[in-house]
Amino acid sequence: MSSTVLITILSLSILGLIAALILYFVAQKFKVFEDPKINEVEVALPAANCGGCGFPGCRNFAEALVKAENFDGLYCPVGGADTMANVAQILGKTAPEVEPRVAVVRCNGTPEFRARTSIYEGAPNCTIVHNLYSGETNCAYGCLGLGECVDACEFDAMYMDKVTDLPVIIDDKCVACGACVRACPKDIIELRKKAKRDRQIHVACVNKDKGGPAVKACKVACIGCGKCEEVCNFEAITIENNLAFIDSDKCTLCRKCVVVCPTNAIHEINFPPRKPKVEIKPQNAEA
Amino acid sequence: MNELLKVSPSPHVYSRESSPRLMYGVVIALMPAQLAMIWFFGWAAIIVTAISVTSTVIFEYLIQKFLFKQTPSIKDGSAIVTGLLLAFCLPVNLPAGLIILGALVAIGIGKLTFGGLGNNPFNPALVGRVFLFLSFPVQMTTWPVPNGFKTSFTDATTGATPLSILNENYDKIPIDQLMTDQTFNMPGYRDIFWGNMGGSAGEIAAFALIAGLAYLLIRKIISWHIPASILVTVLLFTGILWLANPGNNADPLYHLMTGGLLLGAIFMATDYVTSPMSAKGMVIYGIGIGVLTVLIRRFGAYPEGIQFAILIMNAVTPLINIYIKPSRFGEEVKHV
Amino acid sequence: MLKTFPKGGVHPSENKITAGTAIEVLPLPKQVIIPLSQHIGAPAKPVVAKGDKVKTGQVIASSQGFVSANIHSSVSGKVLKIDKAINSSGYKQVSVIINVEDDEWLDTIDRTGKLKTEIVLTGEEIVKKCAENGIVGMGGATFPTHIKLTVPPGKKCDVLIINGVECEPYLTSDHRIMIEKGREMLTGTRILMKALGVSKGMIGIESNKPDAIAHLNSIASGFEGITVHPLKVKYPQGGEKQLIKALTNREVPSGKLPVDVGAVVHNVGTAYAVYEAVQLNKPLIERVVTVTGKDIEKPGNMLVRIGTPLRSVVDAAGGVPENTGKIVNGGPMMGKAINSLDVPVTKGTSGVILFSVDESKRKATNPCIRCGKCVSVCPLGLEPYLLMTLTEKEFYDRVEKEKVMDCIECGSCSYICPADRPLLDYIRLGKSETGKRIRERKQK
Repeated sequence: MSSTVLITILSLSILGLIAALILYFVAQKFKVFEDPKINEVEVALPAANCGGCGFPGCRNFAEALVKAENFDGLYCPVGGADTMANVAQILGKTAPEVEPRVAVVRCNGTPEFRARTSIYEGAPNCTIVHNLYSGETNCAYGCLGLGECVDACEFDAMYMDKVTDLPVIIDDKCVACGACVRACPKDIIELRKKAKRDRQIHVACVNKDKGGPAVKACKVACIGCGKCEEVCNFEAITIENNLAFIDSDKCTLCRKCVVVCPTNAIHEINFPPRKPKVEIKPQNAEA
Repeated sequence: MNELLKVSPSPHVYSRESSPRLMYGVVIALMPAQLAMIWFFGWAAIIVTAISVTSTVIFEYLIQKFLFKQTPSIKDGSAIVTGLLLAFCLPVNLPAGLIILGALVAIGIGKLTFGGLGNNPFNPALVGRVFLFLSFPVQMTTWPVPNGFKTSFTDATTGATPLSILNENYDKIPIDQLMTDQTFNMPGYRDIFWGNMGGSAGEIAAFALIAGLAYLLIRKIISWHIPASILVTVLLFTGILWLANPGNNADPLYHLMTGGLLLGAIFMATDYVTSPMSAKGMVIYGIGIGVLTVLIRRFGAYPEGIQFAILIMNAVTPLINIYIKPSRFGEEVKHV
Repeated sequence: MLKTFPKGGVHPSENKITAGTAIEVLPLPKQVIIPLSQHIGAPAKPVVAKGDKVKTGQVIASSQGFVSANIHSSVSGKVLKIDKAINSSGYKQVSVIINVEDDEWLDTIDRTGKLKTEIVLTGEEIVKKCAENGIVGMGGATFPTHIKLTVPPGKKCDVLIINGVECEPYLTSDHRIMIEKGREMLTGTRILMKALGVSKGMIGIESNKPDAIAHLNSIASGFEGITVHPLKVKYPQGGEKQLIKALTNREVPSGKLPVDVGAVVHNVGTAYAVYEAVQLNKPLIERVVTVTGKDIEKPGNMLVRIGTPLRSVVDAAGGVPENTGKIVNGGPMMGKAINSLDVPVTKGTSGVILFSVDESKRKATNPCIRCGKCVSVCPLGLEPYLLMTLTEKEFYDRVEKEKVMDCIECGSCSYICPADRPLLDYIRLGKSETGKRIRERKQK
């Protein structure tokens, strides 16, 4: 009896020893040296794995940060300046200043302004529609309304508005990672400078057609008339391919262009209501 | 034109086939066996089937509606198929409570836990059956002797299946003696073909199951690969055993037509969801089931192995799908 | 046993409503819109300007780059403008818009209507003629013919295959050409054989066109080296690779061209266009278009000038029926649904099909039941269910490994799927994304 127990204990111990030895040698042989700083940096990152930095995930970005001489072109849009400052501290480098940005949907083609001309039936995916044909309306540039950008957003910063059929960006949640910009086959989403109080002035249209066809397809299309370009004192507006573009770095948010746009394609967001002066004047004149 | 034009990617025409049509096709294919079942067991067969099918359908409805808050998908017919198959592999004298329990396990655990139709790794009916078989071995292996509408359900008249008699007596009594000895009352070839033997409700009538197979093949609901590879494998394997030692092994034909082999090979193994997608994969899957079935029957503790063989190969199916690719066009360069 | 390709395939209802309707010449429209990109490759460059007078058959845009084709005026008249007009995808594309005045042809075009079977030009001259006259593949792919006729150095071609399969349901334009223009088409085949330097020409025709098979068989003896082969009816037999496999049992390797196995495939319509270009010096300015649909008043096969708006073609067939739900440019399996009838007929337009509202409904998508039918019908031996799932999840590396680029987009998988899943929609997406990745990799 006792010998059985003894043999069992012995044989198991020997087996265990052999296994331990094998494990030890294997671990030695396949040991990979890893900079412990990579782990530290990874912890400091937001762990969203959104790909906004241009790397597949936070770990890859951390590796790149540790390897890099300076932080040129390396920026985590999610964590922003604070995160980059932390990372810089860990690595003993200095983080460059990057202005915060926010995603903006540059299409206002609601069903009210942009009538449907056909019905798409097929897989609900914007890129599939885009590759198939111009879309359900006559505007070949505008939003297709199937929400691929919303699916791409990792931060719940977007939703599809059921009434307008357009995506809406929640400014507070948007971290400007650019996932929606990459997802949109029509390129209607743009990352723009985040101004004070989230104020925004942008051309809510990307239609490059000439004025006539553009307005025919959508009542609020940019017709490339150039009035906004003329009125802008800061050379922030350029017209190319029948389409106005407001450079958010040059724009001073003076709102002059918004008033002159004949199709209301220029939008102002988060501004207080205009003082009624402008509207009262003509009334006075009449009186 | 009254409406706006529709635009969709090609193709613009579709076949008439749909999931419910396929499922109801299987139901029709099961009807010969159902009729045979009624012929042999009378009212009991009707009652078992009715309880099983109603409870699978009701459970599917209730679980989807109230537990998962989904739109119930009972119209697609898959719950009916599960119910029928479950009824077919139960003894007809099983208490109603156990049938309902089996149906709950089949639908609840076998199917809906994994996300419903299309996502279950194991054949739901077999999950239900194996659950009952392992939990209630006595009730599940007590078979009444078929006697039409006069079938009696008192334990006194229950008989053994040919396979269980074989399993108990391998290497003890030579086959010739088993077959001829009146005390064992082994059915002859004619009996096993027409189903006149002990066994689960729907598995005994070989001819009815084969009629169902013919229907499935003609309607192109299943391809020949799985049933053929299972049956040929069983035939070859048992043939080799029989040739090597005829005194101690049943002959291949006897193996082919007894037990749940035909029911399993034709209706259970061919379940779309749990079988491989490519023809090559199907053949490998079928061979696996055939080999495992014979191994369990001849060398294992259970008289019948098809249920475990199918479940084991169900588990292997994802691997087969990953590693066995259909032969691609233009893969081998052939020059004439 | 009739020959066919061995792997996969489906058999949709044929619905060849117009098989017995003779080709009819469509009256000239008032205006034509001729897109500058009617072929695979670079768009042609316009050589006329606004206000210019053009004659029928005159070059209005010349080919640019290696893969491209000349574009000719299909009518005589005045160039209204060179502007953007919508194509069959609904996108705008540069087109030459001509207002039709009379029908004055170039003098160089032989319009006597006499059959000319004697081939006087050399192989090189034939290729040049095809290039000059803007001949492209008429089966729908619109690949410039003169490039296909130039066998790349180091490769050898020994058989010319003429595709008279017309496996798409509804379409009958090739069928009618074989019956009505058989001799011309066979002469065109001889011309193509001469250009390629091959002595063997095989014409593959599906057995649902017995009249075409009988007719060509009866006259083929006058054309050396040409044989007619009836084939079992199975879609997509008109696919280049499938047809080569069916006729010669040669398998074009993945990622290679038919010429790698010594075969070149041309469509029946192309052979006829080549006959006209080489023997009559007539550019590709018109083609046979099948106008069909179950509810259309006068379905038929029409000889239509390139650039004619589809609306005129449909009007000639009795107009758009009240209950039309979808209009398809091309066949029902691979054609494109269009959102406007203002789209012009181009070199690749083989037919227009009008589906009723009921016919054009797509059924709701159900969960995959893993029946494996898509795998068994795929003529390329791919796994459509897997490609769709991988594309949905954006696993493009694996999509590429699973040979998505081999897909010929025949639609058999979507056709057969009992759960009505949009398999091809996603596979096409996977294919375009993978193509993008491959191109990016090559640039690096």
